[in-house]
Amino acid sequence: MPLRKKPFRLAVWQRRSLKGLIHLFALGYIAWLFFAGVTDQLGPDPVNTLINETGTWAIHFLLLTLTLSPLAKWLPSPEPMQFRRMIGVYTFVYAFAHLLTYIVFEIQLDMALVASEIVSRPYIIVGMAALLLLFALTATSFKRIQRNMGKKWQKLHNSIYLILPLALLHFSWSQKTFWQEPVWYWMIGLILMSPRMKQWYVTYQKKSQKKSRDKNAVA
Amino acid sequence: MPKPFKPSVKLTDNDVTNEDVYKSRRTLLKSMGFVGASTLLAKSAGAAGWFWEDEEEKAAFKGKALEFSQPPKFQITETRTPEDKVTSYNNFYEFGTSKDAPAKNATEFQTNPWTLKVDGMVKNPIELDHDALTKRFPLEERIYRLRCVEAWSMVVPWIGFELGALLKQAEPLMSAKYVAFETLYDPEQMPGQRSRFTGGGIDYPYVEGLRLDEAMHPLTLMSVGLYGKTLPPQNGAPIRLVVPWKYGFKSIKSIVRIRLTDKKPPTTWNRLAANEYGFYANVNPNVSHPRWSQASERRITTGGLLARNRIDTQMFNGYSEVAPLYKDMDLSRYY
Repeated sequence: MPLRKKPFRLAVWQRRSLKGLIHLFALGYIAWLFFAGVTDQLGPDPVNTLINETGTWAIHFLLLTLTLSPLAKWLPSPEPMQFRRMIGVYTFVYAFAHLLTYIVFEIQLDMALVASEIVSRPYIIVGMAALLLLFALTATSFKRIQRNMGKKWQKLHNSIYLILPLALLHFSWSQKTFWQEPVWYWMIGLILMSPRMKQWYVTYQKKSQKKSRDKNAVA
Repeated sequence: MPKPFKPSVKLTDNDVTNEDVYKSRRTLLKSMGFVGASTLLAKSAGAAGWFWEDEEEKAAFKGKALEFSQPPKFQITETRTPEDKVTSYNNFYEFGTSKDAPAKNATEFQTNPWTLKVDGMVKNPIELDHDALTKRFPLEERIYRLRCVEAWSMVVPWIGFELGALLKQAEPLMSAKYVAFETLYDPEQMPGQRSRFTGGGIDYPYVEGLRLDEAMHPLTLMSVGLYGKTLPPQNGAPIRLVVPWKYGFKSIKSIVRIRLTDKKPPTTWNRLAANEYGFYANVNPNVSHPRWSQASERRITTGGLLARNRIDTQMFNGYSEVAPLYKDMDLSRYY
């Protein structure tokens, strides 16, 4: 049920300032993390803090992009969709910073070790898959490319629904036991995905009904 | 005749700043609304405090100073991990799974009274009370490398006595082959034992074990302190095991019972994931954890992100004198 009848709109200046604030936070936080890390203000093990913060914030942004379209329907308002691309791009930025931190500060550029770890550790493979998909989405996020790609664009960008479980699996798998922080993120992810999964199920049923009808018609 | 010294400012005891006031000077400054550049840039209380909590607000653990000798053999020259890092970066799931949780959640942990029982296959069962832990045996300072199974390491000046000395007093029977250790089970004090969300879902109490010859090895230490003082709760107060050639999870904390047995005792992490954590858990650069390499480690000392702190991991964490214990054993099978 939509919250109100009339679509909710922001004034141009409101939308711009909100975007400005998001940019300020996303860029500011990551800049601060690296600055504080270099100057040894990130706790006992700055590398660990930086890896955790960039990773969890990539997941925060990911979950946030996935709330926008349900939010748009619920309000209703076209506004949330105006923010989806930027938050999606920040998901990639944070995930990429997460990988860089791992290579440069955790493994410290021992490239032989980086290569063997990336191909031989399942939880890293899963994380890399999510990151590569995020990269594909980011690279095709320009309006012009979106227009040129036509229907294929939506198909590609539906892989966000694959990125979510891959990223969460990577998170859970990196922990020593199951019952840790990632469990909360799985729950939030499940809540965000449940209306979509319901929708998929309904569409699937309709399709298969139509198929069997067509079959019967032929017979 | 020399001129008698006449201070230009006459001060009496009354002029001396009261100690309480002196100690709370930072709070006073803060309450006066002072936020200067130094506060903004100060370590730990500075930038991190904008996003997280101000660590300075927390009452720091005050350990009791201990008397100990410093045998030169164990005064290694490697850079020590600073005390504040040793006491704020801990794996102690009884108090939460994140590294900073134990220091935050264990501040009220009661370690007095305490009873440590030594029983099982011994001729002479022993009970040590709180005071006996630091008084019954002469204490030594030993600077050991600590290698965590998560591929980071520290250098810690422990204070304690050899487990062998304690076991000798208990007089193990000929039939005893293993030593089983158990951490306190007290869900009221240990939030991780109350909730699996806090405690990572492992079975409590935490249990560990050693072969008797490993337990009797002179490197195996019962630690009651670090950096000259009694152990902070997050480091396993009032008494913990330190086995420097094994991964850190073998060095069980806050021990209440040591039992000698003829069967290999179950150990917590092995029970949880036998393919990842073996009974022996000797530091071994040649045997990977299934999810990460153990060939190198990051040494936590000082310096920020740019500190090149990744070093090669050494067999038995550099304590090659224990190698004879594992003669003729396939260490990739018995990991």
